[in-house]
This record gives sequence, structure tokens and C-alpha cells, in this order.
Amino acid sequence: MINKAIYVDNNATTPVAPEVYKEMIPYLTEYYANPSSIHTFGGQLASKIDEARQKMASLLGALATEIVFTSCGTESDNAAILGILSSNPSKKHIITTKVEHPAILNLCQHLEKNGYDVTYLGVDKKGAISFDELHKSLRHDTAIVSVMYANNETGVIFPVEEIGRMVKSRGAMFHVDAVQAIGKIPIDLSKSSIDLLSLSGHKLHAPKGVGVLYIRRGTMIRPFIIGGHQERGRRAGTENIASICALGKAAELANQNIAAENDKVRKMRDRLEKSILETIPYTFVNGDTVNRLPNTTNISFEFIEGESILLLFDQHGICASSGSACTSGSLQPSHVLRAMGVPFTAAHGSIRFSLSRYNTDSEIDKILEVLPAIIKKLRAISPYTPKN
Amino acid sequence: MWNYTDKVLDHFHNPRNYGEIPNADATGEVGSMACGDALRLTLKIDKQTEKILDAKFQTFGCGSAIASSSAMTEMIKGMSLEEAGKITNAEISKFLGGLPPEKMHCSVMGKEALEAAIANYKGIKIEKDEEEGRLVCRCFGVTEDKIQKLAIENNLHNVEDITNYTKAGGGCGACLQDIQDILDAVWNNKKEKNSEGASVKTEKPAEAKKLTTIQKIKLIEETLEKIIRPSLNQDGGDIELIDVDKNKIIVKLLGMCSHCPSSSFTIKSFVETKLKEFVSPDIEVVEENNND
Repeated sequence: MINKAIYVDNNATTPVAPEVYKEMIPYLTEYYANPSSIHTFGGQLASKIDEARQKMASLLGALATEIVFTSCGTESDNAAILGILSSNPSKKHIITTKVEHPAILNLCQHLEKNGYDVTYLGVDKKGAISFDELHKSLRHDTAIVSVMYANNETGVIFPVEEIGRMVKSRGAMFHVDAVQAIGKIPIDLSKSSIDLLSLSGHKLHAPKGVGVLYIRRGTMIRPFIIGGHQERGRRAGTENIASICALGKAAELANQNIAAENDKVRKMRDRLEKSILETIPYTFVNGDTVNRLPNTTNISFEFIEGESILLLFDQHGICASSGSACTSGSLQPSHVLRAMGVPFTAAHGSIRFSLSRYNTDSEIDKILEVLPAIIKKLRAISPYTPKN
Repeated sequence: MWNYTDKVLDHFHNPRNYGEIPNADATGEVGSMACGDALRLTLKIDKQTEKILDAKFQTFGCGSAIASSSAMTEMIKGMSLEEAGKITNAEISKFLGGLPPEKMHCSVMGKEALEAAIANYKGIKIEKDEEEGRLVCRCFGVTEDKIQKLAIENNLHNVEDITNYTKAGGGCGACLQDIQDILDAVWNNKKEKNSEGASVKTEKPAEAKKLTTIQKIKLIEETLEKIIRPSLNQDGGDIELIDVDKNKIIVKLLGMCSHCPSSSFTIKSFVETKLKEFVSPDIEVVEENNND
């Protein structure tokens, strides 16, 4: 196993913060009881879950009772959409976008086969949706509109509050997949048009296997996982207390440091991006560079293919990702880049760098040191390198 | 992460024979940037003995595409054209200690570039549109002949295998049933053709006999909107109706489709078929002359 990595793949997952890890340990060792038990040994743990819930609520500007712990972002997305559909049986229409995460897209495609009508909003070159298209798509039987807060591949941010206001004016429910945004963008759900919001622990330095579904107070929603009375009957299953407490700690850390950290991360990202564009010809950034997460850049290297770049990066322990077809196991390049109209060729040669607070300037230096030679090598092999 | 063999990684990190032979005696080009991989092979051939004196490749593609190209050039150097012509994609893969199943198409690309170069040397022109048979996969431009040939050569029985070897069916997925039918036919597993009908047909809108011009245009637009456009959209493309002149329908391909190498196929085999099916059997589709 290798762990001397230069890890710039934080939109895939993040390292667990040391403070978060420390927070988990007691619940994996001595405090193993079930928080639902009557005895003090178990019952005392319920208050720990409440503390974690309160910390998460503070990060989101929500009420503690609006926070439901789940097992991951995908579960939260499924619970939001399926829960709303099942409590609104007469409404058969869903609106989402073409650039959503598979947790939403594949769910919607599944629902289409089961009698639902889904509108997939397109995006422009910068990755933005059209309000006009959204307005026209909203129907009297639209049950729910689900839009991501920030895109995992490009980092492009959707204006969710404005979208939400339009959605609410037409009486539909509004769900936001905020998996990539939480901890990177400040959010205040107390003044928001968002009804439901999904987030995932492992994208903000908590472990994998825990997530949150925010449900605005008063929202009519049926539970997705049915069983015991946990989470006030909204999500059955014995609480994953170690991970929930870990997520509470991660939320607390994010809340304390969001501005300073994002500033630091943004500076590193900007330096990386600027240097690549300056030193390597035939490169460009995919997506809006202004309305974008501070940690993400998606760069296309023309004439070469992304998997090759990643394999050569791997020799130096550099971990990034690509929108190329070859890295996905499918034969098509990224659906996000294709929806944005990025030419196939450039989509095949796209690399996503996603940073976190644990990256350092010297890591950025190392990437910038090895990248030009990697690109040069692959372009020397390519039949398409510009000759004139 | 793919499970590449050491030999694949070696040929990827230290590719043999990359570059271009100046004044090459033969050139073979396959694939395209749009499809995600492409290979250009140049050969130096001894005219007396027909031996391959030198071989060089240029490849756009993933690790295994580059490794397969490198391996193929190593294998053919010193061979006679006849010997080289007998190399199969399975041998290229074997030379590398095997490829992941999903990457077998990389070895097929190597074999095809070699075939193209030999044909080029012999002065045989391969007419892409005509000679290779009916187009099955529009996304990756794969023909029925190619599917049949690879199925037999590599003993492939599943649609998934065909996708791994040719990419066919790996895009929009519209041709998966077609591929299954081809495989069934190849392996003499012929289905009852009459009753259940192998191909999935969408319901025909009412009757389409004598249409007024207005009705016809309406029906064309409806077919474009409901049947054709969704499929093109999946590949990031779109279509615009420019004009209708009796039975001649002029369209413009937009987005990805406008510079897709298989766009002429797209027009002919898809748009026309659908319009013939839903509007009138006399319809002819023409792409607007526009090179931008």
C-alpha cells in the first residue's frame, strides 16, 4: 500500500481530519452501546448524537430537528427525491439538470421507467442553466426540482437561491445536492428557498459512510428506509454513532475555518491553474472560472488523453482525476463536459485537480515541475500534435 | 485503476518505435480523436522481399492504446507483409501478457492499423462507407462486418464482449439489441423472426398516407423532436430542420454531430430511416452544405 501521495483529488474524497479521527475513537472502543437503549450506558450516547446534530445545524444555519443523519450523499439524494414523490402521489414530474451526479441522474432515469416524467435542463458553455428553460419546464404536476449546488467535475456553482425562488413560486419542492459545496461555501438555510439538502461526510474530512439530509421543518416527506424509530422516524437503522460524532466534529472545524481555509486553498488552486495555462500550450479551463468552488480546476490538455496523463502522474504519486472515457470504465467521456459542449477531443484530455486544506505549496510546486514533461511526452507520441 | 500487466506498463512508460517514418512506404490510420483513441502507423518496406524494415506509431489514447501500438510495432518489425497480415488482436494482447477485458478494443485498433497500412501498400483503397457493410453502432462507427469478424476470431458470444472489443454499444446503447441479433445469427442461434420481432419499434403515429405539405412538415418536426433529437442529444449533438422540398429534407447537424466523423452515417442510416418510417417511405435526407 502506498500513502506518500500528493493528493489533489479531494472532490472524490478527502482525508479524515486528525481531530475528527480522535473524536470517533471512543465510540469504536469503550462506548459501544446502542443510543436507543434505556440503560445509562447506551442512553448517554443519544446526547452525543444531539451534540453532533447541533454542530451540523450550526454549519448549515438550520435547526437541529431539521438534520437527519444518513449513510452517504447518495442515500440522502434517494431519500429526498423518493420521499417527496411518495408523499405527493399525484405529481409525476421531476426537473433536474444534465450535469448532476449519477446519484441523481441514474435515479431519475430509473424513475422514468416507472411512470415519471423527467426534464433534464441543459447547460451552456460555462456550465450554467437557463432560468427561462427552468421557468418553461415547471408544471402544475412538478413534484420536485433537484439541482446540485456545485458541480463535482468543474466546481461550477449554480445560483441555487434564485433557482429555489422560482421553484417555490410554482409550488414544487426544491432539493439541492450540496455534497461538493458544504465546507467550501458558507450557507444559511434559515434564509433559504431550499427545502431539502444532501451532504456527505467524506467530502469534508469526516469518514466515508455518513451523510446528512436536511429537511426543512414542515416538509411532508415519507421515510426512505423504514424500520425503527431512529432519527424521529425519518431514517430507520441503528445510528452510526462514531461516524455521526465524527461528522459533527468535521462540521465544527469547517464552521470555524471556512473563510481562512478557502482563501488558502483558492490561492494554491489559482497558482496551479495560472502556471499550467502559462507554461503549457493548448490548454484551457472547462467551466465558469468565476462562479466556481475555490478548490477545483478542470483543465483540458489538447491532443492527448486523460488516462495516460493520470498514469504518468501516478509515477510521481500525484492523484488527480479525468473526464476521459478510458478512466470511467464507460466508453463515453464525462457527461458534464459533453453537456457543456466541450469538444469530445478536449473532454478526453481533461484533468480535474481538486485541493483541500491539507495540500501545501510545495505539492503544487511538484505538480508544476513534472507536468510539462508529461504533456510533452504524450504529445510526442500523439498523431495530433499541432505541427504548424 | 486498471489492472495492467507489467508488460503493458513497460510499453506505456517506455514506448518502442513511436514517431513517424519520413517518406514511409505504407501508412495506416484508424480511430479518431472524437472516439477517444486513434493510431497512425507508418512502415518502411523492402520492395524486393516485402519485409517490414521499420515500423513507427503515433497514438492518441489511454495507457493500453499506447502499449498495444508499441507492442504491435515490435512484433511486426522484420516480418514479411504476409506474416504481419496474419497477426490477430489476440496475439497483440498476448504479447502484452493480456489486457483488461474493457480494453481489448485497444488491441483491435492495433490490428486494424496494420491492416490499413498493408492495404495502403498494396494500393487497395478501403471505401469506408461502402465496403465495410451496414453500420450498426453510430456512436463509434462500427459495422456489422466488423462485429461478425471479431466475434468469430475471438469467440465472442456476449454483447458486452463486443463492446469491449469494438466499443459498439458503448455509447447511447441504441444498437445493443442489434448486436445481440448479429451474434445470434453468427452463432446459429436464430430466433423466431416472425412473432415477437427482434427490433424494438416505436409506435407509428396513425396513418401517414396522403399528407398535405403542412401536415408533412408537422410530422417531420414531431419525429425530429420525439425520436431523432433525444438520441442525438445523448451524444451532445442536435439537428435543425432547414427546408423541405417535396420529399427532400434538408437538415443541419449541430454540436458534436457537426464534426463527428460518422455524421454522414448518422444522417443516412438514422435520420432517414426514422423519417421514412414515421413520415413517408419516399423521403431523402440531405445535409445542408456548410463547412463551419
